[in-house]
Amino acid sequence: MRIISIMNRVLKELFRDKRTLALMFLAPVLILLLMSFIFNSNSSTNVDIATVSMPSSISKNLDQTKHVNVTKYSTKKAANKALKDDKVDAIIQQKGNDYDLTYANTDSTKTAAVKMAFKNSMTTTTISTLKSKLTVASTALAKVQSQMPTATTSTAQKKQASTTPKITNHYVYGDSDTGFFDKILPILMGFFVFFFVFLISGMALLKERTSGTLDRLLATPVKRQDIVFGYMASYGILAVIQTIIIVMVTVWLLGIQVVGNIFNVILVNLILALVALAFGILVSTFANSEFQMMQFIPILVIPQVFFSGIIPLDSMAGWVRDISYIIPIKYSGDAAARVIMQGDGLSSLGLDIGVLFIFLVVLTILNVVGLKRYRKV
Amino acid sequence: MADSIISLKHLVKKFGNQTVLKDINFDVHTSEIVGLIGPSGAGKSTVIKTALGMELADGGSAKVFNKTMPNRELLADIGYMAQTDALYDDLSGKENLKFFADMKGLSKQETAKEIDHVAKVVDLTDDLNKRVSGYSGGMMRRLSLAIALLGKPKLLILDEPTVGIDPALRRQIWKELKHTRDEGRGILITTHVMDEAELTDKVALLLDGKVMAFDKPDVLKMQYDVDSIEDVFLKAEGVL
Ligand SMILES: Nc1ncnc2c1ncn2[C@@H]1O[C@H](COP(=O)(O)OP(=O)(O)OP(=O)(O)O)[C@@H](O)[C@H]1O
Ligand SMILES: [Mg+2]
Repeated sequence: MRIISIMNRVLKELFRDKRTLALMFLAPVLILLLMSFIFNSNSSTNVDIATVSMPSSISKNLDQTKHVNVTKYSTKKAANKALKDDKVDAIIQQKGNDYDLTYANTDSTKTAAVKMAFKNSMTTTTISTLKSKLTVASTALAKVQSQMPTATTSTAQKKQASTTPKITNHYVYGDSDTGFFDKILPILMGFFVFFFVFLISGMALLKERTSGTLDRLLATPVKRQDIVFGYMASYGILAVIQTIIIVMVTVWLLGIQVVGNIFNVILVNLILALVALAFGILVSTFANSEFQMMQFIPILVIPQVFFSGIIPLDSMAGWVRDISYIIPIKYSGDAAARVIMQGDGLSSLGLDIGVLFIFLVVLTILNVVGLKRYRKV
Repeated sequence: MADSIISLKHLVKKFGNQTVLKDINFDVHTSEIVGLIGPSGAGKSTVIKTALGMELADGGSAKVFNKTMPNRELLADIGYMAQTDALYDDLSGKENLKFFADMKGLSKQETAKEIDHVAKVVDLTDDLNKRVSGYSGGMMRRLSLAIALLGKPKLLILDEPTVGIDPALRRQIWKELKHTRDEGRGILITTHVMDEAELTDKVALLLDGKVMAFDKPDVLKMQYDVDSIEDVFLKAEGVL
């Protein structure tokens, strides 16, 4: 099989080039690690929470949370003033059965910390109240059960539903999406994969062309598509390894939770890598040297970041937003984000994966046809 | 008369507004070594690339094995060695040979046998496991030739195969080429070494985009009334 031979050869060359290999595998880890230091040092900052008419059980739980200070305010007005004066980072107010949370949100990690602390203390409180209720209920239940066995369960359920409090979030600055590391991580992951595969595969094909090996290859009865598929197979393997490393770093070192299936993340990045490969090969035909290949990075790769969704797209002008529809990283980032944060399965990623596939097919056909420049059949 | 394996008729090739080949006509038959000579930039490599279908002719026809080029399947029967070495530097000599054997579609047993054989011809047997990046210029040239020889192709097209190769080895290579010819295969070879041109069965002299002369070396020498092909070359160019 010629495709396998080409794949083996490309892989052999790659694995012997230790520097490039290190760039591909270690550079993303290094960058992610750096980010993790920044991220971790942020998350241990202290937050000050103002509470207004809160039940003491929750306030107490909150106060016991590490890095959290709770100050009681008697009125919302006083609390708002403290928020404005930067004395507190958030206000929690109880309104009847519901809770009203206001965040300064100038530092998104603080907002996240408050949300987390509140959620935790709520659960602890509910659990303890539930526990006490349960003992009451079970004794009552035992009594009631003997008398009317049919009606009990439904009333118990009704009671529980009505006790679930509603939580409303307010943001003084921005919204819930502002600057979340979690949000940009899936996009960042895609960017690493795209960038390195694009660059290295483009360079590889460029070298093959300038050194004359492409001509020599095309002087054998090999099919043009075999060359493209051989490259795809080898770089696909490389991208899978790279994605696995990035995902492992993300999960273990950064402690980011992947809700969905990790394999889906790898699959999405694999398709993106193939798109990057096809793109790199195509672009390399317009370059005559390594340096000219580098010149495509600020033109074709960096701008992708702006449209990838790292910067919220809905705040952009309509025509600018339209550009994002032709940005592969946007689709992979979108799909990966949904797997990582919402746990979506493959079936609900159909659109993103479908669009990536269209990119892939079109670029691949262009490449196979484009090789005609070097051999007419 | 033996079968024609390369047949070039009224071949025209232009690059932009430069007409490199104006009217090229000659044939290569089985059991024949044809030497293509001419000054640098005359278009020798261009003739070869057009015959192989790597460049599209602007006029006339190039046929190999009686089929119009370009034709992908025919390439299996052609061993081509370009003027540049075109090797994978990060691979060893053996890995290069193995890869191109796969591309040519040789079977596994054939591949092992062929690699042994061609390595012996170019005297690289001891260096096969070395990376090509550690080869000398002449060793690279020899490996490149070895790749072209793989699989006993019916037609060999060699673009200056003996540049940078020492006299003893050059003799050995010519012995192999003659052996190849005697097996009924055909060879088209370009060279700047006029001694080598004497060793061919026919010489095509390329000048001004045309084949100025195409005949046996002895006949050419008689025609031009000189003693060597080198003088034929110089006389045709108008230097002598
Ligand atoms: N791809 C190309 N684009 C433009 N011009 C070209 C191209 N290839 C060759 N030429 C031109 O065609 C002419 C013949 O080139 P060619 O390489 O065939 O010469 P040659 O006879 O093989 O020379 P040498 O003996 O130095 O190898 C030269 O003038 C060269 O500039
Ligand atoms: Mg030449």
